[in-house]
Amino acid sequence: MFDRDRWEEIFQTIAKNRLRTFLSGFTVALGIFIFVILFGLGNGLKNTFQEFFLDDATNIIRLYPGNTSKPYKGYKTGRNIQFTNEDVEAIEKAFPQYVDYLTVRIYRNGEVRYGTHSNSYSVRGTSPEHLFAENTIIMKGRYLNYSDIANAEKHAVIGRLVEKDLFEEEDAIGKYIRIRGSTFKVIGVFQDQAGDNEERNIYAPYSTVQLLDGGHEYVDQIIVAFKPTLSYGTVLMFAEELNKYMRERLIIHPDDNGGIYLRNVAKDYQQNQQFATVLQIIVSFVGLGTLIAGIIGISNIMVFVIKERTKELGIRKALGATPSSIIGMVLQESILITIVSGYLGLMAGVGVLSWVGDTLKPYFIRNPEIDLGTALGATIILIICGGIAGYIPARRAAKIKPIVALRDE
Amino acid sequence: MISLSNIYKSYQTGQSTLQVLKGIDLEIAQGEMVAIMGSSGSGKSTLLNILGILDEADQGKYVLDNTLIENLSERKAALYRNRFLGFIFQSFNLINYKTALENVAMPLYYQGLPRKERIEKANYYLEKVGLADWATHLPGELSGGQKQRVAIARALAADPKVLLADEPTGALDSATSYEVMELVRKINEEGKTILIVTHENDIAQMCKRLVHLKDGVIIEDKLVQSQSPKEYV
Repeated sequence: MFDRDRWEEIFQTIAKNRLRTFLSGFTVALGIFIFVILFGLGNGLKNTFQEFFLDDATNIIRLYPGNTSKPYKGYKTGRNIQFTNEDVEAIEKAFPQYVDYLTVRIYRNGEVRYGTHSNSYSVRGTSPEHLFAENTIIMKGRYLNYSDIANAEKHAVIGRLVEKDLFEEEDAIGKYIRIRGSTFKVIGVFQDQAGDNEERNIYAPYSTVQLLDGGHEYVDQIIVAFKPTLSYGTVLMFAEELNKYMRERLIIHPDDNGGIYLRNVAKDYQQNQQFATVLQIIVSFVGLGTLIAGIIGISNIMVFVIKERTKELGIRKALGATPSSIIGMVLQESILITIVSGYLGLMAGVGVLSWVGDTLKPYFIRNPEIDLGTALGATIILIICGGIAGYIPARRAAKIKPIVALRDE
Repeated sequence: MISLSNIYKSYQTGQSTLQVLKGIDLEIAQGEMVAIMGSSGSGKSTLLNILGILDEADQGKYVLDNTLIENLSERKAALYRNRFLGFIFQSFNLINYKTALENVAMPLYYQGLPRKERIEKANYYLEKVGLADWATHLPGELSGGQKQRVAIARALAADPKVLLADEPTGALDSATSYEVMELVRKINEEGKTILIVTHENDIAQMCKRLVHLKDGVIIEDKLVQSQSPKEYV
């Protein structure tokens, strides 16, 4: 293996048979290159997908009020349903075994002003638990707390982009902003992985929003987080019971399609997970297919190479080459070529992926990448298969009687 | 040097068995130059293959330089070919991507000689066949006669006991053939044992002994008044 003469012989063979070397090397490099590219793009697709769907907490059921579409118990159709703070408390009391936490949202859009800057943002009246439901990340300062709610403090937590828009280089913490005519103190700045839109929100205590609206108790959305330990079946059952409970409480026909809307994120999540799995299978399948195509390619080339060399090998045998030296030479050459070209293909693929980077984001491919283990594994598989593909015809060629090999034209 | 006794060889062709050699007895002494003649199908190539350890006899005894050639593994056969035998082929069988010098050095590589020694020896034999100036040329740049002389240098390089030539002039015109034969005779005069398979009478006449093969048996084995190729030119 480390015989200097053998290596010289191999380097000479490689140098003098450029086309053959190029063909087998190119096949391997191309195989690995395509594998890396496809696998990377597939991963990019998966990354985008996860960014889209896995932003918020997944143990969430959202309840929205609406207009009824059926008359029920003396109420006319088209009645406008509204949730109140009491409904939230009632749910908490009714389902202690399922509920992890509850939170609410009140939506208000309005002009927000700081100094000479002003802009329109959506303001969400909510409670401290909302932090978990939305996976909000506090960059500086703090989020709303219970004292803010209890005292209906005029405190605001603003999004990263709100700070950027209104404060530019200034630090927003502790400053006062005007929201719809009232003065709020900025207590925190947050970011959100879901992207720019989420970072143009402002969170304020729901009690404050209700107070400023004239002291009502209405909420626009109830967010019910169930215990994460619940099984999927239990969650579906809980959602069903919750729906029934609220309809009874707010006097809505059990079969009414309107009145109340319930969105079970867990159900979406389940479907998304299945989709992610399918995506993973497709990516793996494409990768495997490319690899198999590469293996077939290198096998064909090896058969061709040995065929082309039959006569030369016959000459070598007549001159005293042992079968093992013939096999060794052919194998060493093919492994050297596959390692070098496999490495080049790998580097080229990784290079192209990092060059592409996030430029394909509009096509739902984000941060295409391949982990080194997978890439190296694929390269090694190809090298081994190239070796086997070279070994079988090499052994056959080494076994042919030299006289037969010499007759080969 | 070579002793064949009662050599049989047959080939399986589909259902029938083709008996090619039917009991060959042949003794060749050190320094002889023997022509094996016969029409195609007479078994002369088969005989040469057996002598060259490129093929094995079904039956009989083959002793080469006091070594019994029998049931050899591929490895052993390769070793014996390398040590005992030098081959000259009709179609030269040079490796086309190697220079004349590298071709000549090949058997020395398989003998495990260090590089420097290989180059030295190969140069010596190239000079011997008069091609020292062509050492760095590829076979494609050489004429037929030059190629065959490179092949002869290669066959000599390993300093074998016996040179086996299979129609060495078959691919050459007569003038070149005689030049090559002249070289072969010179090598023989230095003491090398040489066997030449040929179907050309004039080539056979340049050897010192003529073995005539027909249908797998020796029908004639005589010493000839060797004619120098020069007389033909």
